[in-house]
Formats: sequence, C-alpha cells, structure tokens
Amino acid sequence: MSMLSYEKKYRVRGGTLLGGDLFDFWVGPFYVGFFGVTTIFFAVVGTLMLVYGAAIGPTWNLWQINIAPPDLSYGLGLAPLKEGGIWQIVTVCAIGAFVSWALREVEICRKLGMGYHVPIAFSAAIAAYITLVVVRPVLMGAWGHGFPYGILSHLDWVSNVGYQYLHFHYNPAHMLAVTFFFTTTFALALHGGAVLSVLNPGEDKPVGTAEHINSFFRDIQGYSIGELGIHRLGLFLAIAAGLFSALCIVISGPFWTRGWPEWWNWWLELPIWS
Amino acid sequence: MKIVFWFGGVAALILTGFMLFTAGWERPPIESAQTGFRGTGMVEINNPRVDPPRLEAQLAQVPDMSPLPPDTPGPSAGDIYQNVQVLGDLSVVRFNRVMQSMASWIYPEQGCAGCHNLNNLADDSKYQYRVARRMIQMTQTVNSQWASHVGATGVTCYTCHRGQAVPQYTWFNADPANTAADGLTGWRNGQNRATEQVGLTSMPEDPFTEQLEDSGQIRVIGDTALPMPGEVGTSIQTTEQTYALMMHMSTSLNVTCTYCHNSRNFGSWDQSTPQRVTSWYGIQMAQNLNTEYVAPLSSELPPHRLGPTGEGQKINCETCHQGVNKPLGGLQMAEQYPSLLGPSGGTQVSSLSDQDVEAALAAVELSDTE
Repeated sequence: MSMLSYEKKYRVRGGTLLGGDLFDFWVGPFYVGFFGVTTIFFAVVGTLMLVYGAAIGPTWNLWQINIAPPDLSYGLGLAPLKEGGIWQIVTVCAIGAFVSWALREVEICRKLGMGYHVPIAFSAAIAAYITLVVVRPVLMGAWGHGFPYGILSHLDWVSNVGYQYLHFHYNPAHMLAVTFFFTTTFALALHGGAVLSVLNPGEDKPVGTAEHINSFFRDIQGYSIGELGIHRLGLFLAIAAGLFSALCIVISGPFWTRGWPEWWNWWLELPIWS
Repeated sequence: MKIVFWFGGVAALILTGFMLFTAGWERPPIESAQTGFRGTGMVEINNPRVDPPRLEAQLAQVPDMSPLPPDTPGPSAGDIYQNVQVLGDLSVVRFNRVMQSMASWIYPEQGCAGCHNLNNLADDSKYQYRVARRMIQMTQTVNSQWASHVGATGVTCYTCHRGQAVPQYTWFNADPANTAADGLTGWRNGQNRATEQVGLTSMPEDPFTEQLEDSGQIRVIGDTALPMPGEVGTSIQTTEQTYALMMHMSTSLNVTCTYCHNSRNFGSWDQSTPQRVTSWYGIQMAQNLNTEYVAPLSSELPPHRLGPTGEGQKINCETCHQGVNKPLGGLQMAEQYPSLLGPSGGTQVSSLSDQDVEAALAAVELSDTE
C-alpha cells in the first residue's frame, strides 16, 4: 500500500457533522470524531449486555448462547430485563452503533472530499437490520417478532418464520434478494479474478491493464461493462440484495399472512388464460 | 433489437402491475399468538379481517337445534318402526328428533325425501338411505373410538355436511390417466399443477390414497444429519407425497407448519406442539374411516357419484375442518345428540388423557427406531 497513501488527504481538520473540533482527532491510525465515541459507547454497552445475558443463561457454548426477544404479550412495551429487556437494550445499542459508524463514514468522506457511496451502501445493510428488528415488529404489534441474538437460535427463528409461510422460496422479494446476493458475489468473483489475473501475469510477462480485462470480456461475452461500470454494477447489486432482503421479510406477516405459494395466484388468474 | 427491449419492458411493467394490484395483499394490523418459547418463531399469525369472519359465517349457517327431550321410558323406535337397524333403542321422541336434525343438516330442501320413500319410510331401496345408515355408524365410531382426535367435542353429520347432501370438501382417487404419459409434456406423475387440495403447490395432487386411505406412514425424515453409507433413504416421491399431505392439512386447518412442528426438527415429537399428536390421530382416523366406512359404500352409489377409479368420494382433513383449526370453532353439537356418541346410545366420551398421549408417543418413537 506504500504507493497509494491517502494520509495527506485524510489527516485534515474539518468535515465533522457534530461536535465541531472537539472530537476531531486521531488515535494512532484511527479517526475518532463524535460518532467514533458513540460507536464505542454503544458497541461496548451492547456487547456487555450480551455477555450479561449469556452469564445468566444456561450455557457459555458460543453456538448456543441465546438472547431472545420478549414474549408477544409485552406488545410494543418494555419487558423485564431477564425476559427480553436485554434484547431490547442490545437492539437499541446495535442500531446506535451501526448508525454511528455510518455517520463516521460520512465525516471521513467529507474529509476526503469524496462522494457518500460507502455510507449509503452500508445504510442498505442497516436498513435491512432495522426492518427486521424494528419495522416489522412494530407493524405486527410486538417486539417479540424480532429475531433472537444467537448463532443457532437465530437460524431456528429464520426456519420457523419461513415455514409460517409454508414455503418461503415462493416469496417474490426473497427470490429477488437471493438472486441479487448470488449475482453480487458472482460479479465480485469475476471482477476479482480478472484484476488478479492481469496484475499477476507470471514471471517475465508485463502487467496487464484495464484494456486487457475489457478485451477478455468482449471476447468471452461480447461486452465489457468497463472499469468504472463494474464498480457501479457491484454497488447496485449489493445494495439491491440488502433492500430486497428487507422487503421480503417486512411483507411476510404485515402484508401477507398466508402461504407464499398461494401468492402466485395472480399469475394463474391473469386474464390471458383464466 | 430496440423493439425487443421495448416489448420486454412493457410486458414486465404489466406483470408488475398485476403482481402489485391483484395478488390479494393484506395489511396490518394482524393477529399473532405465541406457541413456543420467545424468540423461537413459534407463532401463529392470522388476518383478523379474513380468518375470524370465515368461522363466523360458518357458525351463522348452523341450523337451530331443538332441546334434547327427556329420555322417557316406553316403546323404543325399533319397537314402533320397521327396519330400524341403527338408533333403534332410542325413544320415539328422541329418534324423530335425530331424523329431523339429519334432514336439516343434510337435506334442508328435500327433507325426509332425501333418503326416504315417503310412501313407505321403512323402504331402504334409495341408496341415500343405506349410505345414511352406515354414516350414522361411522359418526358413532368417531365419537366413541376416536376421542384422541375429536376430543370431547365430537362430531355430528353437520360437521361435514353443512346443509349439503354430499360434503363440500371431498376427494376421489386420482385418475390413472393423469399419472400416465401426457402427450408432448411427458410424464406428469400426477403433479405439477397448482391444485387447491395441496395448497396450490406443484406437489402430487392425490396424496390421500396412500396416506389417508391406505395405511401409509410418514417416515421421510432421516435420523442422521447426513445419509449414512448403506442406508436406503426415502424416495423423493414419498417425500413429496408427505409434503403434499402437509400442504393439504395446512390449507384445511388454516394453519402453517409451526402449528404442529418446530421446523428445527420436523420429526422430533418432543419439540413439537401438542396439536401434532391430535393431528397424528387424525391421520389414523381418516385411514380407518375411509377404509372401513367410506370406500365400501362405493358399491352402493350410482355411477354419477363415482370417480375415475370407480370409487366414491372420500374424506380428508378439509371435509370436517373447512378452513378452521377446530371444526365450527369447537361448537358443542354432539353432546346434544347422545345417540350419535356411540353404538349403545351414549358411551361417555372421555377427552384425551396425558397417559394416552404418552402411550401414543412411546408407540410412535418405538416404530420410528425400527
């Protein structure tokens, strides 16, 4: 990384959203800023709550630790600490930490004088998380509809909630989300493979350029999206994957209570053949 | 080239429109009930504007029941009337009350003439008469021997018939032509059409012959995480039959998988809800009733009542449940008709005890490990 150093552009004063110059300093290589402080605060409190939840729980097995949301009977109210209250505090802390981190990214973008692409992309992931643990539970009337924090327990939740709609793969937004996830990783694999190939041509051969990559893709599929285009495409695919994930879970329950296979009746009932 | 993009774009736009406006989307608020530990996703959700009104509409159709008259000593129906092969030990008053109720439950338009020759009520030449007699015996069997499924609520003729001579939801054994070669589209294997009976999925259309009539047992989930060398697993076809039956149950009861199962392990009884035990008995009951009572009546039926295999309509979960997890919301009708509770005219129906459930579970676990 010695060739490209952004330190000169990075270590400049200003660009903060909150706190003015007060937190505008670095600790070692890390910019702090007001949102760095709030990130640390929320992350530490949230993690300690998770550890506390594990401590009063039945196991220290990392796979089995489970911080579950409250019973549905608490509705959208506060639950006792040991009966879902920890989950509620962790959720607040997680959102606080994620949003703080996104805003810290904004401040860094402003220091570097670049666009907000990175915080916007991260916001799609945050939006998916907030949809899962806030928007959908609010629409369904209880925090208990949020998913539990635990490696295996959240998978059990995903499985059961999926089967509540008989066959979740028939969920149209889930189909799109899965397609975007696979496509974004596929595009990244193609792009990464192409870049590594031209930059590591083997001994005594010249390093290739973007034009070599263009030639390769024009040869193999008749079209190359180009050096800038592949990054735009990647950004679009990744953001769409996150947003359609959010959509696929928020429609399950609040806007559809039956099996997802039944949703496709609109196709069977098209006036073309019905 | 451009015209192709335009055409594709317009088609996609139109389809998106249909998707957004004709798919029957719902809206909050929705109702939910928790059936397991918090955070496990063991939750039943319902649309309060769709699901309760379905039951209310069904309950509004229930005919008024006349109060049960006291069982006066005196000559029984069998002594007074001729050719009374069932319910003959009832008092005449009670016997006539059952007959009138059956008319209002099954033939509200035709009344007695639905089954009887009005010139000679003892004449059982009409097939409906002979079928009704057997159906009374079936009802008594359900109430006296299948408390494991119907509990203390029991069933009456009305549970299935709902004012119709033939219950609305029944099935025929699949037409063999549908499972055979099917022209250019090849072998359809009785599946791949969105059939309502299997929840509009592409699953096999007739999972009933094997699993609700023959003594099929559901054994499609392996005991090990991965197939073991030398182990002969269950075929895809058997698995799809099972899933088709499950889709049918789900549609019939308006519930989803988590009503009975924890999807963490579908086959594990100790992670399932108590409803799964009731449901398991229901499968056994349907097999028993179809084999003992319904199928043998095919020989009595006229040709227009027969399906493609020459057998009559049979029962499945929807025949009674009709989109409600407890038929008619658990309305207590049978207790008003003691003669329908058992062959002796009033066997006490006991609800399922814990010992019964444990014994059944032990039996099932035993057969699982065989």
